[in-house]
Amino acid sequence: MDGNSSKIENKNIEKNWSTTVRFAGDSGDGMQLTGGRLTFEAAISGMGLATFPDYPAEIRAPAGTTFGVSSFQVRFGKGLIASSGDHADILVAMNPAALKVNIKEVLPGGLVILDSSSFNDRGIKKAGYEENPMENGSLSGLQIISADISNLTVEAVKEFGLGNKDGLRCRNMWTLGLILWLFSKNIDETVTWLENKFGKENILTKANIAALNAGHRYAENTEISSDIIRKVVPKVKPAKGKWRAITGAESLAFGLATGAKKAKLNMTLCSYPITPASPIMHYLASYKLKGIGIYQAEDEIAACCSAIGVSYAGGLGVTSSSGPGISLKTEAIGLAVSVELPLIIINSQRAGPSTGLPTRAEQSDLMQAIYGRHGEAPLVVLAPKSPSHCFEIAQNAVYIAIKYMTPVMILSDAYLASASEPWLIPDISKIKENPVSFAEYEENFKPFKRDSVTLARKWVKPGTKGMEHRIGGLEKDSSSGNISYDPENHQEMTNYRSKKIKNIKNEFNEITITGQENGDLLVIGWGSTNGPISEAQEQLANKGYKISHVHVSCLWPISERLKNLAPQFESIIVVEMNDGQLFNLLKAESVQKLQSLTQVSGKPIRVSYLLEKFQKILKNGK
Amino acid sequence: MGINEKTSQLKPADYASDQEVRWCPGCGDYAILNAVKKTLADKQAKTEKTVFVSGIGCSSRLPYYMATYGFHTIHGRAPAFATGIKLTNPELDVWIITGDGDSLSIGGNHFIHLLRRNLNCQVLLFNNEIYGLTKGQASPASRTGTISPSTPEGSSESPISACELALSAGATFVARGVDTAIKQLVPTLSKAQEHIGTSLVEIYQNCIVYNDDVFKSFTDKSVAIEKQIHLENGKPMLFGENNMKGLVINKDYSALEIVDLEKNAEEISRVLIHNYKNKTIANLLTQMDKNLMPVALGVIYCIDKPTLDNHYSEKVNNYNNDISKIMEKGQTWTI
Repeated sequence: MDGNSSKIENKNIEKNWSTTVRFAGDSGDGMQLTGGRLTFEAAISGMGLATFPDYPAEIRAPAGTTFGVSSFQVRFGKGLIASSGDHADILVAMNPAALKVNIKEVLPGGLVILDSSSFNDRGIKKAGYEENPMENGSLSGLQIISADISNLTVEAVKEFGLGNKDGLRCRNMWTLGLILWLFSKNIDETVTWLENKFGKENILTKANIAALNAGHRYAENTEISSDIIRKVVPKVKPAKGKWRAITGAESLAFGLATGAKKAKLNMTLCSYPITPASPIMHYLASYKLKGIGIYQAEDEIAACCSAIGVSYAGGLGVTSSSGPGISLKTEAIGLAVSVELPLIIINSQRAGPSTGLPTRAEQSDLMQAIYGRHGEAPLVVLAPKSPSHCFEIAQNAVYIAIKYMTPVMILSDAYLASASEPWLIPDISKIKENPVSFAEYEENFKPFKRDSVTLARKWVKPGTKGMEHRIGGLEKDSSSGNISYDPENHQEMTNYRSKKIKNIKNEFNEITITGQENGDLLVIGWGSTNGPISEAQEQLANKGYKISHVHVSCLWPISERLKNLAPQFESIIVVEMNDGQLFNLLKAESVQKLQSLTQVSGKPIRVSYLLEKFQKILKNGK
Repeated sequence: MGINEKTSQLKPADYASDQEVRWCPGCGDYAILNAVKKTLADKQAKTEKTVFVSGIGCSSRLPYYMATYGFHTIHGRAPAFATGIKLTNPELDVWIITGDGDSLSIGGNHFIHLLRRNLNCQVLLFNNEIYGLTKGQASPASRTGTISPSTPEGSSESPISACELALSAGATFVARGVDTAIKQLVPTLSKAQEHIGTSLVEIYQNCIVYNDDVFKSFTDKSVAIEKQIHLENGKPMLFGENNMKGLVINKDYSALEIVDLEKNAEEISRVLIHNYKNKTIANLLTQMDKNLMPVALGVIYCIDKPTLDNHYSEKVNNYNNDISKIMEKGQTWTI
């Protein structure tokens, strides 16, 4: 390494150093795997990181076309890594289509690594380019490494007798080798991983290692121009313990299972396959934990109804879906509100309306979650802010659902479902036990008599002698639970249902303001926008702006404190990936000085976009 | 009823809740309710272990009238609620109460999948061939030509046969009864309860207000003996005055036909012996044309198959993974 690049290294390792790498190719190119490996390498260096896999709704779109491009973005670095990055510092594009789809995401001066052999006439045409983008100047201002990755890989694995087709499958490892060198990492960890995964003696293991090694050596030995920044990965110190990477989907699955175990309840997740919610079902099915199972129902409605059946019988009923499926469940959710049984509904929100963009994230189901049922049918709405936060929110949901005998909806989204971040594996034995107490026999039992504090009715397990009673969707007498058409009783029951949910705000009243308690701008956000908002707030606060951030995890009921923040700030802006739903909600709650900042493109909100908008408000305010 | 009284012998009346029964006077549902209570009393069923789950419709009010656990759910979905209940507690004796609109129209999908999965429960399908609670519209079980507020020119659609549908969906127990024929209905319900798996009992139920006498052609006292065949496993398929008629198979047409033993006593050798494990015969019995043939009642089909709830609970109760170990599975790093 020459002196010149050392200087660049030192400059790069500043307080908030981070870098973003995007791998893009056809679905079969192994980009998710390659990205995952780099993520792991970053993780064991103790860095903060966030990932964002982006894939098309089609399972296997035709190779080489723009709509078949899948990508994996990983951002890692020192300090707060709350989002997976706006723009890529480094793009790996395995074919012209991958370049075309992703080139606008690369920072000026960024590094683009291309497989030159894929830039033939056929590939260029298939991607919809008029002419070769490597030759027409469209990549000017970027640093390009163009290598004949295909042939170099095939050459490297030849000795193992692999044909052209199988040989080309190792291209991703060749590329990973090159990337590891760029970050001053050796290939040892990845070699061990390959050996463990496929077996030391496996010919494919050997071929992949050869390709990895070839890519690493290529970077070291050949003419990678000297202005390519060779980044040195800094060591940082996160909390002590055992870490792993976790996606939101798996974090929710762990959270639900933990919540159920702590409540001493059996749990059944009743679900119907839908993108992007299905992984939650797959994870829970794979865990094989005593008393915790999944049931794949015939449709979304049946999934929700059977989950209610589970709770009725004294288990924890959970149903999980995404937009279209949630719409189908709404009648059943209304019944759960009416009969006052615990139920957890997870909505991994995707872009709508209708089928919309099944793999893209949106936050446009907020109003549906709060109000989307016929009749006055209030329930609790919680939203996780990051993959690891899903673990906590799922446990909160279990706690609230059983304490208050109510459905709780968790609003996750397509981004959180598949994005990952490092997770300090919790010591389960240290999480508080929360055993449910089911009703035992009592004389003259009244099924709808309520606890004076929580207003929750008692949870009676069928099978309990002497407590036989009937419940249903018809209005119930406020004490006996028998059918009642009495107008005053209906008013009373409506009030109870509303008050019970409003009371729950005491559980979540604590809100944390990041930044000063008062200032020029307060940013309010919820869900997965927490990442970009946190970063934008931190950057601007570091520059001396009076900007603060409040993240809302409990969307319904709305915290009283949140409603009363207005006097402390000059302006308030609500940032969300919908047309202003939380904004409207807060307006209806008479929160003053509100502005709305929205984006409904199916893509995560960018930090740069927020910086620009926030700065505009801050400067006008001054 | 207090907890201590329940140890004594229970009578049918002991299975009644304190709620006033509010079906129309003369409704067939009253007779079915009595048959259900008698069946439970005959078995000395424990009220606390029994759950009635219903959808929406006149019949679906039944759970309110039982002194057991009861859940009046939403239209067509009772099978899904019942599934969740049985997955969580397979010990409970679950009875699904439904009607022809509830289970063959809005809940058709759940009905099919319940039968296919063989959840251990009973389904009592009150078939009155009409929507009663919504004031008399044609249902998917209504016969072609039915005049109703939604079909003033007469329905043009063909009716669904619940039992035929059930057999093709993979049902393991299919039976039929008539609301007022309590003597036959009680043993049928009793067998349904004993069967391990989904037991479908289609009950022809007269709606006195919107579809009165729709089953008269085979339930009227004057014709019942000639127009009904009460099946008993292992017994010859005989019916009519003095059991002088029998069902035989016409091998040329693969169909059932009637032989008159009065005219030819030797035909008795051809009369079919009911074997409720024979699905082909079960299909033929459910397909008989009401105008030409008797209506098959009693247990038409019954086979043993593993149940969903048993499979699920055995599986889930035997899981023994440690959640902490699963969290640490795969790639981890220690700091």
